[in-house]
Amino acid sequence: MYTTDMYEGMIAETVTVTTSDGTAINAYFARPLGPGPHSGMVLAHHMPGWDEWYREATRKFAHHGYATICPDLYHRTGHASPEDVAAKVRSEGGIPDDQAVEDLAASMRYLRSLPNSNGKVGAFGTCSGGRHVLLAASRIQGFDAIVDCWGGRVVMSEAELTENFPVAPIDYTADLSCPVLGLFGEEDGSPSPEQVATHEEALKKHGKDYEFHMYPDAGHGFFYYDRSVYRQEQAVDGWQKTFAFLEKHLS
Amino acid sequence: MCTMIAEKSDITGCGKGTQNWIQVNQVNVSYDHPSQMTLEHALNIDFTDESQGLGARIAVELTPQSAQRLVELINVALDRGAAVDPVAFE
Repeated sequence: MYTTDMYEGMIAETVTVTTSDGTAINAYFARPLGPGPHSGMVLAHHMPGWDEWYREATRKFAHHGYATICPDLYHRTGHASPEDVAAKVRSEGGIPDDQAVEDLAASMRYLRSLPNSNGKVGAFGTCSGGRHVLLAASRIQGFDAIVDCWGGRVVMSEAELTENFPVAPIDYTADLSCPVLGLFGEEDGSPSPEQVATHEEALKKHGKDYEFHMYPDAGHGFFYYDRSVYRQEQAVDGWQKTFAFLEKHLS
Repeated sequence: MCTMIAEKSDITGCGKGTQNWIQVNQVNVSYDHPSQMTLEHALNIDFTDESQGLGARIAVELTPQSAQRLVELINVALDRGAAVDPVAFE
C-alpha cells in the first residue's frame, strides 16, 4: 500500500514485444522505479482499442507496484487513431482468438524476462479483453492470476463459432491454469447473469480457484469513467477487489 | 458485450466530413460498441477508403430505431428514384 512518506516514480513508454512468429508489436509499458522485485501485469485492452483509458489503467497498475504492459492487440490491423483502428477491427468482427492469445503470451514472457521480476505475472482485461485473458490463461501456462471484467462470449452458441473464434472459452475451463477474479454487472446483456452462472458452474465442476462478484445496478463497462455506464460505487469496490486479489496471488 | 456483428460491401460513392469530401469504396456496417454514442450497442456505419489509411472514414452511429428509419427512407427514395430514372438502376 502506498503511504505518503514513500518515494514513488515510474517510467511509462512504448516498447515492442516480439511474438513467437517474429512479429514485433507495440506495447505500452509502465513500471515502478526502484530495484524491485516487481510482480508483472499484462493488460488486454477492450474492443474500443488500445486507447487512453488503457494507458491510464496501465499506469494505475504501475502505481500499485506492478510492472505492467499493455500490448496493442490490434497492431496487425494497422496504425491510425485508436478509434479508427478499432473501427476497422470492428468491421472485421474482431481479431482471431489465437492471435490475441499469442500476443498476451509474448507480453507475459517479456515481463518474466525482466531482471527485477519476482517471477509472478497476472493479467487483467475488460470486455473482449476479459475474454482474451481467460482464453490466454486456459490455452497457455505462465499466468499466476487473471482478472476478467465482464468478458462476453465466454459462453457461445454453435452459431457464434467461426474460424476466428473456433472454441468457446468455457470449453477450455478444465485447462484454466490459475485463479480467476470475475467482475460482472447484473444489467449486462453479455455476459448475462445467466451466462456468468453457467461459467461459474463450469469452474466449480473442474475445481478451479475463482472469485466472482456480480454487482447490482451495473451493466457492461462500469469502470469506464468516461462513459455513461460508469458506476462509481461499484467501480471503486471492483478496483479494491482487483488489487486485493492480485496482492494475494502475485506477491 | 462485443457482439462481433459486422457486414461489409464494396460500394462506389463519396462522403463528406466537417472539412473535405473523400472517395469511399467500402461500407462497413456493424451492430456493436459505438465510439461516441452513450449506448452499449449502436448501428455503426463506416464509409471508408482504406487505400488512404484507416482514418479515411465517414462514420455514423445510430440508435437501432434511427437505423431502421434510415433504411425505410433510403428504400423510399430509391423507389421514387427508380420511377424517374430507371436507366440508372439497371
